[in-house]
Amino acid sequence: MKSYAPSRSSLLMAPALAWLTALMVVPCALVLALAFFRRGIYGGIEYTFTLENFGLVFDPLYAGIFLNSARIAGTATLIAVVIGYAAAYAIAAAPRRLQPVFLFFAVLPFWSNYLIRTYAWIVLLNREGLITQLLRWFGYTGEPPSMLYTEGAVIAGLVYNYLPFVILACYAPLSRLNPELAEASRDLGASAMTTFRRVILPLTVPGIAAGAVFVFVLSIGNFVTPALLGGGRFQMIGNLVYDQFLTANDWPFGAALAMALIAIMLLVLTAQALAADRAAGRIAEAKGGADG
Amino acid sequence: MSAPRTLLAIDKVSKNFGRVTAVDGISLDIRENEFFALLGPSGCGKTTLLRMLAGFETPNDGRILLDGRDIARTPPNKRPVNLMFQSYALFPHMSVRANVSYGLEMERLPAKEIRSRVDAILATTELVALADRKPEQLSGGQKQRVALARALVKRPRLLLLDEPLGALDKKLRGAMQLELKRLQHEVGITFVIVTHDQEESLVMADRMAVLRDGKLLQCDTPHAVYEHPVDRFVADFIGVMNFVPGRATDDGVLAADGARIVGTVPSTLAPGAAAVASVRPERIRLFPSAQTANRVAGTVEALAYQGLDLQLHVRTALSQKPFLVRVTADAADRRPVASGDAVELGWDAVDVRIFAD
Amino acid sequence: MAERSPATRRTLWLVLSLVFAFLYIPIAVLVALSFNQGGLPTVWSGFSLKWYASLAGNAAILSAALNTLIVALVSTAIATLFGTLLAIGVEIRRQYGSGLEALIFAPMIIPDIVLAIALLSFFSLLDFTLGLHTIILAHVVFNLAFVCSVVRARLKSFDWSIVEASADLGASAITTFRRVTLPVILPAVVAGALLAFTLSVDEFIIAFFTSGAGRASTTLPMQIYSMIRFGITPEINALATIVMAVSITALTLSQRLNRGVIGQ
Repeated sequence: MKSYAPSRSSLLMAPALAWLTALMVVPCALVLALAFFRRGIYGGIEYTFTLENFGLVFDPLYAGIFLNSARIAGTATLIAVVIGYAAAYAIAAAPRRLQPVFLFFAVLPFWSNYLIRTYAWIVLLNREGLITQLLRWFGYTGEPPSMLYTEGAVIAGLVYNYLPFVILACYAPLSRLNPELAEASRDLGASAMTTFRRVILPLTVPGIAAGAVFVFVLSIGNFVTPALLGGGRFQMIGNLVYDQFLTANDWPFGAALAMALIAIMLLVLTAQALAADRAAGRIAEAKGGADG
Repeated sequence: MSAPRTLLAIDKVSKNFGRVTAVDGISLDIRENEFFALLGPSGCGKTTLLRMLAGFETPNDGRILLDGRDIARTPPNKRPVNLMFQSYALFPHMSVRANVSYGLEMERLPAKEIRSRVDAILATTELVALADRKPEQLSGGQKQRVALARALVKRPRLLLLDEPLGALDKKLRGAMQLELKRLQHEVGITFVIVTHDQEESLVMADRMAVLRDGKLLQCDTPHAVYEHPVDRFVADFIGVMNFVPGRATDDGVLAADGARIVGTVPSTLAPGAAAVASVRPERIRLFPSAQTANRVAGTVEALAYQGLDLQLHVRTALSQKPFLVRVTADAADRRPVASGDAVELGWDAVDVRIFAD
Repeated sequence: MAERSPATRRTLWLVLSLVFAFLYIPIAVLVALSFNQGGLPTVWSGFSLKWYASLAGNAAILSAALNTLIVALVSTAIATLFGTLLAIGVEIRRQYGSGLEALIFAPMIIPDIVLAIALLSFFSLLDFTLGLHTIILAHVVFNLAFVCSVVRARLKSFDWSIVEASADLGASAITTFRRVTLPVILPAVVAGALLAFTLSVDEFIIAFFTSGAGRASTTLPMQIYSMIRFGITPEINALATIVMAVSITALTLSQRLNRGVIGQ
């Protein structure tokens, strides 16, 4: 079948690839092109070449929003990785037959509507929400704390929304780890802590990295969470892009912002891919060690 | 040889997992500098016992005394005992040298001492050229040597080996058996090996323990276990044995077809009790002389060349299964036999072992 | 793993309990409040189904739900067909360039907002009238990628020699596909379709940008978004509960059909 496979496979792939090209590649290329044009006086686009839009990205006002986004996304990533790794570790340590059940229920919320999951946090955090009620129940009588529409709320929403993916990403290498490696380390005189630090952690870094990259990339480009939990101010790039297209009507600048976002994303993904390549050998070995 | 001194005393140790009793009241003494084998079919409890010695399981009952000190509840990282894992469990993200150094780093030894001891053990195990490789770049035999070096470099009082040759192919296994013996002599460390391969323990061990269903059946030298197995199971499990079922008499076993097998009957067997007479294939002669105590006529069913000797399957009236007879190639050359030939088998009374059936 | 000390075991169970509490308490509160009698969205005052009844009478929500269903069904159908073909094509080719990989992978990771503005720019440049059809065109883009990845995961363990065996026994390529390949990968195809359906039902921002102005092409997530912007109401709680129930049912089905693939 090898001899005629290539032509037939092209035929099979053609409709999907055509679709992706027409409705993803071309539109994205268009956005890239848009970023090099000028904004018309009354909105719209003036077709003259300029680098102004990219210059504007580095304007302190907007660069600040980029940094803010990176900080929020980074904090959310850090928290999600710590909680997610601990959860994945606990699941991998649970009895074998329970592990798929735990995993399923860890991922289940991830597949319910993003807006609704975010909305659930409005219900929890608003001035008369569950947390305030709990405080009252414990005898708190003061002003309800303002938790909603803060950076903390945005971070909580991002962690909540993407945590299941981190659990999944960290569980994979943890569950495949040959348990005899940890035993060997103990046997050679290492404490449980040292074993974790020198054997388990290094061998599961690829999972952590995959989870972290996912959370960071999705967080930094997020629109819904800052819009709903952050109270609609321009806290993150996603909101800024949204605003350029739907309110300020400066499409070229919005396009430049979107491209900057893509650039950050590609940078993070490339770094991860390089790191993963280096680690590939170890993982293959760690997986294979269990039998024999 | 000076009087052997007990290094490790296993004292009525039991371990159960839920309702399953994996190790059931085993007592054993392992002596200084000996090569000791724990042998048994899978599920006999040998691995659980080994893991208790290493510290990965805690006995429900009994004591494990190392140099007279009970270590049954000492965590694995605090015992002068090291385990060579069945999967070798080499750290895949560390080089050979880093793997071997790891255990010494845990002892917080000075870097210089670590280096010299690692160099020395790498030389002993012929790994110097491979020191900077990662485990994935090693062959099975090389991995095994790294695992061994990693455990030995700590100079444990006791080295445990879990099916150390299981992952190697047959030819390499033979070479590594001798290599392990040589190393054990060289480093002067007590080895306890777990294996399901009876041939392996016969070749390597100074003494061996045969386990079944969590119980110790017999503990002795390979020669004694082979020649004087305590029961039918051990006789069957170690080496090849021909069995003739029947009833015990004063001086042997009365087979179902009325034939009598002459041999020494253990005092525990009352006359008339169900018994089985057994004889090793290499103790049987073809065309025996008239004085031979036990003789039976049979037909050759099949022959198998095994290099130095020839194995015959001989159908007799004594048992359902054909008799296995081992003839040296020499003898076979002198008096050739072929499939379908009528032959007579004979063996002496001293070569007969009789067990309860 | 060796025996764990009781303290370690307790810690691990504690971690699990806390994480599951974190994951499920917000949802549980939401669901509980949807059955709340009182008008105050966060104070319990008795069990009632009245908010569900009031949803049933809300024309805007019903029309949004219908729109969502249309978008999800059509985009899922197209994506399932083309995505499955793509997966088979990629896997029989075996040596796939990284460019092709990136193209297939991109829709899954590209920020929604970027794809949304790209499609909006594209459609407005071409003077396309925006509406349900443009949402469908857009949703197929990411649905394709997800169907393809689910089917490919199944094909990775597919024994291609059975295809050769079928050809050897005299079957044509089409017959082989119908009688051998398809039955083997069908669970993955259905799982992929259910996943695509769920994603499409839930998708907000791309739909928001490609739907154009006006109520006619408002989808349910858009409706929910605008309701949330107005504040918390028991009606949203009820609506949210229904939407979650639907997507969780679809996902559970998909998971049953195709053990584990979605997790990977």
